[in-house]
Amino acid sequence: MKKLLTLCVMAVTFVVTVHAQEKGSVLIKNATVITVTNGDLENTDVLIRDGIIENIGKDLRAPRGVETVDATGKYVMPGIIDAHSHLNGVDINEARNPVTAEVTMEESVDPNEVGIYHALAGGATTIHLMHGSANVIGGQGETLKLRYGTTQDGMRFEGAKRTIKFALGENPTRVHGQGNGIQPRTRMGVEQVVRNHFDEALDYKRKREAYLEAKAEYDRGGRGTPPVPVAENLRYEVLNDIIEGEIYVHCHSYRADEILMLMRVFNDYGIKNYTFQHANEAFKVAPELAKNGAMTSVFSDWWAYKFEVYYSTAYNASILNANGVINSINSDNNQLLRTLNHEAAKVVRYGNTTVNDAIKMITLHPAIQLGIDDYVGSIEEGKHGDVVVWSGHPLSIYSLAEMTFVDGKKYFDRSNDPDDMRIDIDPGTDFEDGANFREIVTRRDEDACLQDAFILMQNNTQN
Amino acid sequence: MKKLNIFVVAIALLFGLTATTQAQITEKPEYGKFAITGATIHTVTNGTIEDGVILIEGEKIAYVGNNIRVTGDYKRIDATGKHVYPGFIDGWTGLGLVEISAVPVTVDDAEVGQFNPNMYAFTAFNPHSAAIPVTRVSGVTTVLAKPRSGSISGKAAVMDLWGYSPDSMAVKKSGALVMNLPSSTGGGWWDNRSEEEIKKQYDRQINEINDFMSKARFYDSMMKAYESDPSGKTKPDHDPRMEAMREVLSGDVPVIITANSEQEILDAIEWAGQQKGMNFILAGANEGWRVADEIAEAGMGVLTTTLYTPSRDYDNYQRPYQNPGLMAEAGVKVAIVSDDTENSRNTAFEAGYAAAYGMGTEEALKAVTINPAEMFGVADKIGSLEEGKQANLFISDGDPFEPLTNIEQVFIKGYKIPMQSRHSQLYDEFLDRDAVNK
Repeated sequence: MKKLLTLCVMAVTFVVTVHAQEKGSVLIKNATVITVTNGDLENTDVLIRDGIIENIGKDLRAPRGVETVDATGKYVMPGIIDAHSHLNGVDINEARNPVTAEVTMEESVDPNEVGIYHALAGGATTIHLMHGSANVIGGQGETLKLRYGTTQDGMRFEGAKRTIKFALGENPTRVHGQGNGIQPRTRMGVEQVVRNHFDEALDYKRKREAYLEAKAEYDRGGRGTPPVPVAENLRYEVLNDIIEGEIYVHCHSYRADEILMLMRVFNDYGIKNYTFQHANEAFKVAPELAKNGAMTSVFSDWWAYKFEVYYSTAYNASILNANGVINSINSDNNQLLRTLNHEAAKVVRYGNTTVNDAIKMITLHPAIQLGIDDYVGSIEEGKHGDVVVWSGHPLSIYSLAEMTFVDGKKYFDRSNDPDDMRIDIDPGTDFEDGANFREIVTRRDEDACLQDAFILMQNNTQN
Repeated sequence: MKKLNIFVVAIALLFGLTATTQAQITEKPEYGKFAITGATIHTVTNGTIEDGVILIEGEKIAYVGNNIRVTGDYKRIDATGKHVYPGFIDGWTGLGLVEISAVPVTVDDAEVGQFNPNMYAFTAFNPHSAAIPVTRVSGVTTVLAKPRSGSISGKAAVMDLWGYSPDSMAVKKSGALVMNLPSSTGGGWWDNRSEEEIKKQYDRQINEINDFMSKARFYDSMMKAYESDPSGKTKPDHDPRMEAMREVLSGDVPVIITANSEQEILDAIEWAGQQKGMNFILAGANEGWRVADEIAEAGMGVLTTTLYTPSRDYDNYQRPYQNPGLMAEAGVKVAIVSDDTENSRNTAFEAGYAAAYGMGTEEALKAVTINPAEMFGVADKIGSLEEGKQANLFISDGDPFEPLTNIEQVFIKGYKIPMQSRHSQLYDEFLDRDAVNK
């Protein structure tokens, strides 16, 4: 019996491991290679072996058994990385407390969401699946490779930094203050929620460590009375991990003043690795952001859908870039995720950022912000084989993603692209009469980040 | 003393800089006679003219061609190597009616009530919306601003994006009547009504609409009878809602019905088929490609977009991009629109996706120019570069569907528009925010 159990465990482990490590090899010939870090290389080959870019050069030979792709006249670019997505989150907001640092998206991943395939068809290979913006300190995120057809575990980006969502401004003050009658109702309250919880977490740590030390001593000597226990608290543990730099903060924010506020707070607690998400007014405090080494991840041109983005500009990304802030362009939307190459192109249009810098904003820069730039974000030997073959320059509206590789494995091929790419087909969905017309997830959904949180505001929407 | 001099110079420089900045904010348009020369002119209705000339006199285009020697007092604009296009028309937007969608007091596109044919988007159109300059500098010169609530939402207005009053901006005050028909299939997974309830509700709502339509027809016939010969008759009481339906019933003003799914479209076609003498357009039509032949046969134009996710999980990823082209191929007149408010400027990219995925550049260009102009009955004024039409056009350094292309100069109704908006002004102010201290 025990043997059987062990076998079962082994079998399960094996399956999971196989999924997680499914890697491919391919030689892409004669393309214009947009390396991102080393210029554009014309008539160049890229050899990916067992998931890793092994060689970039001319006239490379395919090792035995490795497929060759002729990319003459085409472009190869690193797979697009979206630093802000809710694409395949099962739940998005744990909205019943302004601070829910202990919550994580880890188990909230739907690996069968067909939108993953649609994103691959738009040249994306990695997303940052985030908790929503209902809470000042929300849940932890998951960085996922778009390995469509694997499992939850199979999608995880191994080696990615831990991340957590913070949120400032209208969303947490609407959900908790306006909707629930508790702090924060204002931007004043938001600051104190952050500070109070960091202080409590530090006190907890001090007490918990003292207790553990006393307990260890008591356990060794057995003299005196045992120390009064201080129970482990996951929320405070996570907050301490943030303070100690083990977790990168991704903070939903819009206004310049709230961005400055959080930088002051973070300076006080010595927190260094953080990215302001959306950050429509970041351009107003670009020098301060640069000085603090803070990063930003913004929309190319979304504005005016709520009051805190009314005084913003499509030139945001260009201003941040010119001021030396590491900026990425994100989607926060399942449609925009399909067209992030053209969102990046708009950064050139609005403010004359160079084409290569614009491409960095959907490749290398989001990789830096997620702590995965050692693995992806550019085409370099030793990095992962996450690349896309484009029919023309990827910033042209007429260019189509033709093949998308993750770890050297082809997950999308335009020449072999059946209509129905669902993996998990719910037999109860009869679409034929249009009765189950899918909600158009699309367009300007100003509150994508507030999914699951609306119920909290329904009592009090008049204010 | 020397130090003082430097100080004075610094102050003078500072004031000089400030003055320049302010001058940019208050930049005025130019108006009069312009000659745009050397450009590739995309007339839309009469092909492409290389090394062409466009003359603008006042509000109108006075000449389009390449067989003229420009003499006289025209302000010259050398557009050698550049392109000239008719201003794009965004035929489905909340621009001017909605300033910030999340702030209800700034939302003026949804009046209370089921039947509001007498609500005019024209009336609530705010010429000073911050989004208007943001939109027009991107080459969208005209929009259909539309109301959206109830069964009959009101009249959408065809508006130019330059001017200080709705009156001076209106190309056509009554551009179209907007209608929302009930759904015969329920609203999707979140709709927990039984099939019976759905059917009952649909029948009730469609009956209300039909009832309203027959009242409107009765009112119209009564008024016609009185107008043709008032003698001996009592004038019928004036009813603003019924009155507003008359230009619709006569077919002078088209009706736009919103419909996205296959069934909604078929329902709309069926209902429209029962209304005699009226003109119909569909808005949305996300699943138009599924029933393109039926739409073509019904002779309905379509206002549609491309940048959305497939409507059904089992659909190919590119159907939304292909949809306009597939409908056009079946013979449907297609206009590509933004279906957006503050980012109406992205109309060109919506069209660009259609162009890239089968529709082709030429047809997609019509879908943002002459096609919506014809649908809204304003093709005599806008939608192409022709002599006698309004001078609504722009000069670009390339294909306007490409996000890398720059829109360099916009003209609306002959006005050479300052290429400024809140967005460009914030850029000017903040690109090098602390320059004064450096």
